[in-house]
Amino acid sequence: MTVAKRTFDAVIVGAGGAGLRAALQLSEAGLKTAVLTKVFPTRSHTVAAQGGVAASLGNSTEDNWHWHMYDTVKGSDWLGDQDAIEFMCRKANEVVVELEHYGMPFDRTDNGKIYQRPFGGHSQNYGQSPVSRSCAAADRTGHAMLHALYQRNVRANTQFFVEWIALDLIRDQDGDVVGVTALELETGEVSIFHSKATIFATGGAGRIFYSSTNAFINTGDGVGMAARAGIPLEDMEFWQFHPTGVAGAGVLITEGVRGEGGILRNAAGERFMERYAPNLKDLASRDVVSRSMVTEINEGRGCGPDKDHVLLDITHLSPETIMKRLPGIREISIQFAGVDPIKAPIPVVPTCHYQMGGIPTNYKGQVVVPKDGEPNTPVVGFYAAGECACASVHGANRLGTNSLLDLLVFGKSAGESVVDDIQSGNLSLKPLPADAADASLARISRLENQTGGESVAEVGQAMRRSMQKHAGVFRFDNLLKEGVTAILDVAERSKRTEIKDKSKVWNTARMEALELDNLIEVAKATMISAEARKESRGAHVRDDAPDTAEFPNGRNDKEWLKHTLWYREGNRLDYKPVTMKPLSHDVEPIALAKRTY
Amino acid sequence: MSKRTVHFKMYRYDPDRDEKPYMQDISVELEESDKKLLDALVRLKAKDDSLSFRRSCREGVCGSDAMNINGKNGLACLTDIDKLAQPVVLRPLPGLPVIRDLIVDMTQFFKQYHSIKPYLVNNSPAPERERLQSPEEREELNGLYECILCACCSTSCPSFWWNPDKFVGPAGLLAAYRFLADTRDEATTERLDNLEDPYRLFRCHSIMNCVDVCPKSLNPTRAIGKIKDMMVSRAV
Repeated sequence: MTVAKRTFDAVIVGAGGAGLRAALQLSEAGLKTAVLTKVFPTRSHTVAAQGGVAASLGNSTEDNWHWHMYDTVKGSDWLGDQDAIEFMCRKANEVVVELEHYGMPFDRTDNGKIYQRPFGGHSQNYGQSPVSRSCAAADRTGHAMLHALYQRNVRANTQFFVEWIALDLIRDQDGDVVGVTALELETGEVSIFHSKATIFATGGAGRIFYSSTNAFINTGDGVGMAARAGIPLEDMEFWQFHPTGVAGAGVLITEGVRGEGGILRNAAGERFMERYAPNLKDLASRDVVSRSMVTEINEGRGCGPDKDHVLLDITHLSPETIMKRLPGIREISIQFAGVDPIKAPIPVVPTCHYQMGGIPTNYKGQVVVPKDGEPNTPVVGFYAAGECACASVHGANRLGTNSLLDLLVFGKSAGESVVDDIQSGNLSLKPLPADAADASLARISRLENQTGGESVAEVGQAMRRSMQKHAGVFRFDNLLKEGVTAILDVAERSKRTEIKDKSKVWNTARMEALELDNLIEVAKATMISAEARKESRGAHVRDDAPDTAEFPNGRNDKEWLKHTLWYREGNRLDYKPVTMKPLSHDVEPIALAKRTY
Repeated sequence: MSKRTVHFKMYRYDPDRDEKPYMQDISVELEESDKKLLDALVRLKAKDDSLSFRRSCREGVCGSDAMNINGKNGLACLTDIDKLAQPVVLRPLPGLPVIRDLIVDMTQFFKQYHSIKPYLVNNSPAPERERLQSPEEREELNGLYECILCACCSTSCPSFWWNPDKFVGPAGLLAAYRFLADTRDEATTERLDNLEDPYRLFRCHSIMNCVDVCPKSLNPTRAIGKIKDMMVSRAV
């Protein structure tokens, strides 16, 4: 197979919120930029975000970024890096106002400002009372944001390669990143994108789980590519289970529903969150709400004939509020639950939603790895932003609305870093290694020639079932141990997947097989990191680390206040310290405390 | 519960293998949890991995899985499988070149979308905070900004079939009005000039297929009518 070579200043992989925001920085700076995306940009999964983006604009209630920073650190169960969290919360107003200037159709307050609603875990005055911090466009904030960012890129003449799937990261003999290989779906041709800088903005991998709010395309492509290229993955044991996926279908129902006054009820009709989070109740942090729901179900207070879900009730809200603030939710509920929420409550269940871990980066969007005793040494030429990256601002649990903020702030920041590094001459076009495309071509050729293997659908199903069973909302020592064996077995099976479709043209069977290679890396990282972390923290809660006087909520700061790093080679684990020091000298660190809501 | 079997007449074409397109009779057994046409397609693909279609969010917001279902354009992920007459006849969206099976080449569709300058134009110095817009002004954008660019509308429009290179089509015109209706946009004159042409806007003959098929219940015909009104009122 001949491999074409294209040369750019920068290549961005992914055209969701983070990729598009980064692309704007580069296009507007006049850099020759290629944005590779396996779907048309507005089909990226940012489009499905609903409830809002966090910024302490204070349009409805008094607010400031210090409170937001406190909430985010507490939400992360102190695993988030405080320098990155300060950076994100301080930048929030700027990036949200920019979006408004780009034309994003935010809802408005009576005095014409951006409408803001309350959201889980966000508070005034360091945990005292709920705050309206989520800037929203009805319940279609992600859609409005993604389209506004795409439109701004049309204006900036950004060059897109639409329906190209990136295959592998290219590193030279120094370990520097010099580009990626990619396959054009329409022709089946493989190309090398040779560049000074490569930004990954490929999103999460929620499709490793059986029950997920995520789109089919969320297959962790960037995370898998990084792992195969020897980059460690950070904190992959931390997955967010969103409290309100539609029972059975998995489709997301925004936390904004509870922000607008929605209430979770068990079979007795009881507002059970009052017992688990007396202060913020239904608006406690997502990990807390999800665990409370599963506890209700496990203790026999679930709803429906199989007592396997709880109900999200908004029947007490006026139909006008529902139609105005939650129109998309009403559509989803009618479509996927067969229920009009104006008249009856929505059946919901915790559903895999967000990958807190990912490719390790600093607040500048540079990918960082341990080298010569320094845990955070930048990899020359490599940047990442959004869900695929771990800055780490979400730590062990992300707050709702902080994902859209993350992709804006760090998409922009990664873009700015690339512009600086190229314009200052720090980055130049290094020669491609002779074997630049070999790994990718070997993967393609294996699929071309494999016989007697299992189908991608079968192996994928085995992975999703196994992840669901062994690494769910509550985790158990014995299940995690079994899970490691099970996932390593699935990983072996994935090396022999066979596809029947050998066409060159738009071969989706081949695409799904290549995606499975990425998912498997994420699944291994998750299971192995989770089995090893012998404490409960944020979204990672295990039976053998219960709430005790010595270890409140099962959290063990003495031994486990550290980031996990999983290396693909030998499934090796390493750890690095959490940055407890904020970015600025005049900002006080948020001191460790027990987390209650 | 007994398993349901669904029968399909499926448009198939792989340019790498087939001389010309053909209709294939295939059927699939569904699991109880399979509710939507997309669920059935995913199950079919597990049996025959060569079946090609686009899909992503599976909840009607990304616009990937538009196709012609029993003669009408729609999204597979929002179509109840049990409500479809069988055999379910599936074809690619009409009026665009077919790449493979249910996958069409959307270049022309996006070219028209891009032609209306689908971005806010405001060259006044940006204020430090958000530009103000009253709730009533913002409400003017409802029914416009929610478009998911699935192309169900434009590929159901006879005017777009005949002149896909000249007529902007309902999706593009809905987007054009989205910016005309935005109080923050300053390019009204340029936007109207850009559409002042026998084809670009005026090929719409209010056939209203677009309204009939829009999976988001939007009304491009009404938006087009409003643009025509703006043209008239600036002429007098």
